[in-house]
Amino acid sequence: MTVTVPEVLFRSVSKRFTGGSAPVLEGIDLSIERGEFVSIIGPSGCGKSTLLKLVAGLAPCSSGEIAVNGMTPENAREVVSFVFQDATLLPWRTVEKNVSLALELERSQPPPERRQITQKLLELVGLSHVAKHYPRQLSGGMKMRVSIARALATRPRLLLMDEPFAALDEMTRDRMNEALLRLREEQNWTVLFVTHSVAEAVFLSSKVIVLAPHPGRVAHILDVNLSYPRTEATRESQEFDDLVNRTSRLLREAHRL
Amino acid sequence: MKQRLMLVLNAAIVFAVLVLVWWAIVRVFKVPPYMVPPPMQVAKTAVTRFPELWASLLITTEEAVGGLLASIVIGVLVALIFARSPWIRRTFFPYTILLQTVPIMAIAPLIIMWIGPGLSSVTLIAFIFCLASIIANTTQGLISVDENLVQLFLMHNASQAQILGKLRLPHSLPYLFVGIRISSGIAVIGAITGELFAGSSQVGQGGVGYSILYAMAQLQTAYLFALVMAATALGFTFFFLVMFFEWLLLHNWHESAARQSGS
Repeated sequence: MTVTVPEVLFRSVSKRFTGGSAPVLEGIDLSIERGEFVSIIGPSGCGKSTLLKLVAGLAPCSSGEIAVNGMTPENAREVVSFVFQDATLLPWRTVEKNVSLALELERSQPPPERRQITQKLLELVGLSHVAKHYPRQLSGGMKMRVSIARALATRPRLLLMDEPFAALDEMTRDRMNEALLRLREEQNWTVLFVTHSVAEAVFLSSKVIVLAPHPGRVAHILDVNLSYPRTEATRESQEFDDLVNRTSRLLREAHRL
Repeated sequence: MKQRLMLVLNAAIVFAVLVLVWWAIVRVFKVPPYMVPPPMQVAKTAVTRFPELWASLLITTEEAVGGLLASIVIGVLVALIFARSPWIRRTFFPYTILLQTVPIMAIAPLIIMWIGPGLSSVTLIAFIFCLASIIANTTQGLISVDENLVQLFLMHNASQAQILGKLRLPHSLPYLFVGIRISSGIAVIGAITGELFAGSSQVGQGGVGYSILYAMAQLQTAYLFALVMAATALGFTFFFLVMFFEWLLLHNWHESAARQSGS
């Protein structure tokens, strides 16, 4: 018999910043299974980003615990990648050197393999033609794709994304959403995705978690029963509209909690 | 390219006009040559006494370059310590400002008293002149790294050495160059100031500053003019050399350097 370990497990997690009196997050209990695409939405200040930082091991929990693939967040870093709201590229590195950064830091691969992995990833995100360019020569959408390619270079099992497309215009954002889902079909990572956009959350996720503020806690968990692969047609379907409306309503309620 | 040619041409025209005005003033007001010599006399003196002039210039260059390079090495080291500990930074940073506000001219005699006149004391004075702006700018660069980038490095288990070498140092390079650009001019001023107090114990071995004093005492005004112009040219050359290195290292990725190259 095999026991399946959840990809991410929160056990009554609370987070308080030193000096701050009110907790940012309180009593979070969650279990995220392998292969799920989970979006976290909620009003500003409900601790969405803090939640991701805790999973990444970039900040400690004040009480309770988080297990990533059965390990502490710090020990699990090797199988986790983080995508920030800004592309956070190093301006002095070319696109390909930015993508290979994580591999370089972890020294897990010899240079020839790194180059191969980088080339493949650039193909995957459709940026092979700008491999030698510097970030300042790219558009916002292209920068974000470089950032995602960099996150994928270490072959993560778990991808943490903190409003990665918030700064993009709507058209670009929709295209990036579709591209992200296509990438996932091939590699099947688990994703924790923070966003402000209800439509984005519904389109991408198998599960949407609605947080309530002050202190941040789980208000609702919503299953999104739309079949993958999702495309432009999904966005135009009645089911999609209904789910977006329902989620928006839950979000408004959470605001009043 | 055509634009750059125009710029050089414009500068040359302005220079020619200035020389012409200088010549006209001397001529019209009948200024005695020991006060203001005419341009031709300055040029002639510069040519006939070129070996002397060149030797002085070389000594001053040596001192200024030495002071500047030392200030870069020490300045970056101090900045690294400042960036590492906010406590040390807050405690000692006011003293780097002091370094700029203390009238260095007033310290020069002290330094000469301590280590004697000559190359090393003048280099030290140039170094002190340069140090503050290197420290201030590099520290600013080292501590202004985006916190998300630091976290990205931590996520991939980067060592402190990797965070320094692959993130903080390259990020602070444009800031360092702002400091070097400021200091490059100051280095020449510092060297000449130092020489005014401690050129050399032997005649003929002092730099431009010492030669200026000598020429003044002998009322060799034309040579004095030539020396001043040579010193100005030296500062100019320094500045442009630094700009060139800055462009070389940064034009690919940094906005300010990229703008210089017009791309």
